[in-house]
Formats: sequence, C-alpha cells, structure tokens
Amino acid sequence: MSNRAFAAAAFTIALAIVAASRLIPNDYFFSAAYTVLQFIILATAWNILGGYTGYVNFGSAAFFATGAYSTVFLYKALHAPLIVMIVTGTLAAGLLGLAVGYLTLRLRGVFFAIATLALAVVLYTFVVNWDYVGGARGAYILQPRDIPFGLPRYIHLLYSAMVLMTALALIVARAIETSTIGRGLAAIRDDEVAAECAGVPTLRLKIFSATVSGALMGMAGTTFPYYLSYVEPSAAFNLSYAVNSIAMPLIGGMMSWVGPVIGAVLLGTVQQVVQVTISSAWNLLIVGVLLVVFVTLAPNGIMGWVEAWRRRKR
Amino acid sequence: MADALNEPLLEVCGVTKRFGGFTALDKVDLVVRPGERLGLIGPNGSGKSTLVNCISGTLRNEEGGIRFEGRDIGKEPAHRRTRLGLARSFQIPKPFASMSVLDNLRIPLVYAARQHEKLSKSHITDEALHILQQVGLGDKVHAMSGGLTQVDMRKLELARAMAAKPKLLISDEAMAGLSASEVDDILVLLSGLRQQGVAVIMIEHVMRAVMKFSERVAVLVAGRKIADGDPQAVANNMEVVTAYLGQ
Repeated sequence: MSNRAFAAAAFTIALAIVAASRLIPNDYFFSAAYTVLQFIILATAWNILGGYTGYVNFGSAAFFATGAYSTVFLYKALHAPLIVMIVTGTLAAGLLGLAVGYLTLRLRGVFFAIATLALAVVLYTFVVNWDYVGGARGAYILQPRDIPFGLPRYIHLLYSAMVLMTALALIVARAIETSTIGRGLAAIRDDEVAAECAGVPTLRLKIFSATVSGALMGMAGTTFPYYLSYVEPSAAFNLSYAVNSIAMPLIGGMMSWVGPVIGAVLLGTVQQVVQVTISSAWNLLIVGVLLVVFVTLAPNGIMGWVEAWRRRKR
Repeated sequence: MADALNEPLLEVCGVTKRFGGFTALDKVDLVVRPGERLGLIGPNGSGKSTLVNCISGTLRNEEGGIRFEGRDIGKEPAHRRTRLGLARSFQIPKPFASMSVLDNLRIPLVYAARQHEKLSKSHITDEALHILQQVGLGDKVHAMSGGLTQVDMRKLELARAMAAKPKLLISDEAMAGLSASEVDDILVLLSGLRQQGVAVIMIEHVMRAVMKFSERVAVLVAGRKIADGDPQAVANNMEVVTAYLGQ
C-alpha cells in the first residue's frame, strides 16, 4: 500500500472510531482508551529511534513532559487554543530530540541510554524549580467550558484528538519504515560503521530519527495537562513512561510499526484492567513480569514470533 | 585523456596516526593510479588496517593529507568518500544481519551508487543480483545475511563494496580462510574489476594471491612503508624478508 493510501485509510478509520465512540455512554471508556492510545503513540515514537535505528532511549518521560509543560506554559501565558498547544509541544519536543540526535555522535549503546536518562533528570530538576509552570507544587489546568463539535464532555474532545494523533504517529512510523531512510536506519542499527562505509549519511539519519521520535513523544504529552486537570513534575516525568515505551515495542516486536501497537494495546489494556480490578500499584510489576516472559520466550516480540512461525510454515 | 590516466587516483601523503603514545602509522605515502592493482602486505599489527581506516574515513589521521582524484578528502566523512567512489570491505565481516543478502547490497546501491549513476528501482535489484552472481552468492540471495557462513560473509563484504560502484576498491583480507579454488574465484573477480577501470588495493596474507594479482606491492612494517615497487623485486628485498622471517 502506498503511503498516501495508508494515510487516507488511517485517518478514515480514526474518524470512524471517533464517530462510533459517541454511542458509548460510559465516560470511563474514554479515559481508559485515552491512556492506551497515549501509550500507542509513545511506543510507536520510541520505536523509530529504538527499534528502527537501534538507539535505546531511556528518557521518554523527558519528551512526554516537554509536550505537557509546553501546554502548561501556553495555558498560563496565552490561554492558547488546544491545537496551538499540540503543535507547539510537538515542535518543542522535536527540538529536544534534535539535541539528543547530536548525542549519538559520541555515545552508543548503554552510554547513550544513560545519557538520555540523565537528560530526563536534568529537565525534571529544571521544571521543579521553574515557578511559572507551578514548580514542585504543580499547576491546575482548567478544561474550557465550551466544547467544540457538539461533544458532551471535554474528555471526548481529548480522546478524539488522541485518536487522530495516533493515526498520524502510525502514518509517520510506517512511512519512515518503508522508505529509503528506513532502510538506512536499519543499516545503522545492524552496523553503523559498515552503514557509513556503504554511503549512508549516518549522522544525518540519526538526527532525523531522534527528532521525529522526540516530536511524536512530545505530541502524546501535549493534551496530558487537560486530561488530568492538574500536572506536577513527578506525574509528567513518571518513570512508567520510560519503562512502558521500551517494554511495549519489545513485547510487540521492534522491526515494524505494527509491533509497538500490539505491545501498547496488550500492555496498556492489561494495566487498565488491573488498575480497576486489583490495584494501581501492580502496574509496573506486571510490565516487569511480562518483559521477563517475552525476553525469554519470544526475544523478537510477538511480531517476530509470528514472522518465524510463518517462515516455518512456508 | 592522457593527463587523466597519469593523474593519481589516490594520493596519501605523510599520513600519521597515533593511538595514545603508540604510533600506528608513521608518515606513510602511497599513490594509486586509475585501474591499478596494488598489493599491500605487512606482518600483523603493521598498520595495514589502520591505513585502510584512514583512507576510507572511519579513522581520522592526525597528520598528512589524503587526496582522491585531485580533491582533498581528508576532512570528508566516510559516507561521502564512498559516494565519491572509494569503497572498502572489512576484515571482520560486518553484514547488515537483519537483512537478506539482497537487501545488504541494496544499501550501497541506493546510498552510494545512485549518487553518481541513474539507477531505477528494478535496475537496482538487477544490479544487486548480477553482483551476487559474480561473487558466487547467486543461490543465497534471499538468505538472512546474519546466518551465512564465514566464507560467504567474506564474499558478501566484497559484493557490498562492489555495489557502491567504486573507482577504487580496498579489499581488506577478503581471502582469509578461503580454499584455494575460492581464492582463485575471488582473484578472477578482482581482476575483472580492472576491465571496468576499477583500481584495487588488496590487503592479503595469502602471498600466492598477492603475487599473482598485483602490478605493484607496498610493504608496511611497524607503521612505516619500507618497500614499494615490482612484486618480484619486493619479494627479494632483504628488509622485507627480515621483517617477515626475523634475523
């Protein structure tokens, strides 16, 4: 399928989902689905740098929080409309991604991962000490009273925005994967020196990959302040974002755009169910257990397992 | 035209490379003319691979200059040198392990060869298949490159360098571990490149191959070039014999 056809299909399906969701009377569905969709975007975005390019980013929370806090800033400063906040937050996180892209110049493997983790800690400290956006106390973000498109509640709008952003993230990820750039990224992942010697402009591709990955993670965070109505640094920089955005592609499969979606839907849904039925404290434990199970039984994720099974059948 | 033939393709002038206090290359000069077949020999640790790394751009030399077709490439990143027509293979094979053998060749064809030649999509596949046929990997086109045998990986290394459509190909020990008949196959292949006007620097320990293939042989010992000239003359050079066999 061509990129244009896929984009058309993805947006059509997204709009259909949005329209169909209006029939659902239960508000809880929207807030649960919002979280799962948010994780699909995070996992998809992480996979562009982590899965396609082979650079493990442990600082997903930093990008997510950049999106969230850019919204907080615009709310305080301008009371800007939601769409402006989404675009600005995406661009801001993209810039951060650009900076991380330059880190890959000198840092590989574990050292790159540690550097991204450190980046999250530095940004966290910065936000904690930045009074204008609430500092350590956090900030209240009030949902606007008039809701566009005749939607009954604000969560419906946030959910709809999230559905469309998810479609966008998937379109971008798939387009990169199937393009010449995607093949270059795969070469970098397999062997960076050999890729460079085969004519692949490795630095430029890595910077591109880190920028797009960061921008999409930031995009997922832009609506977060409205979703919770209250943001504090420890929520926006929560470790669970970093852990989940790594675990989901790992469980789903990192070689294609489908893997992170499967991983995020599976893990995200299980976490939502457990949160309601057992307790929210179990969330990360479940991620950990599933990770151990998958790393030992299906090291290439669900998609890798399916792929191997199909090859055996042939 | 006569000028173009006499003009050196690659000029290495006084290249020095240090790793901390250790001088791996000490003011090495080397010239390769278009279409020439140069053998580069020397004992283990003499700096052959370091020289290749400096020429191809994966290492930066501290002193000295490298010119390719009269153009200073000393500060160019490796991928641009490959695009200019300077390709290499690796001593320790570095396949793109998650890709098929065919896709391995598509990378240099798309990223390097297409920079100076018009190649359509179907053309790229044809070209890749043609090269794989030449190196004897024609029946493993769709195999995953990570699962190849060491011997096949060496052939893939060579094929991938050829796919960049270079003017100068540096083959870094492509023949280590190959059987006598396989060595002959590769020799035929590398000699065939000459017909296409491609110059080759062959780094090799298989002396029979070096002597058969090279028009000229250069010898590196402990980071210095101690001989450079006719293969027979170099083989009889006392200094070279001493370096290899000891006093």
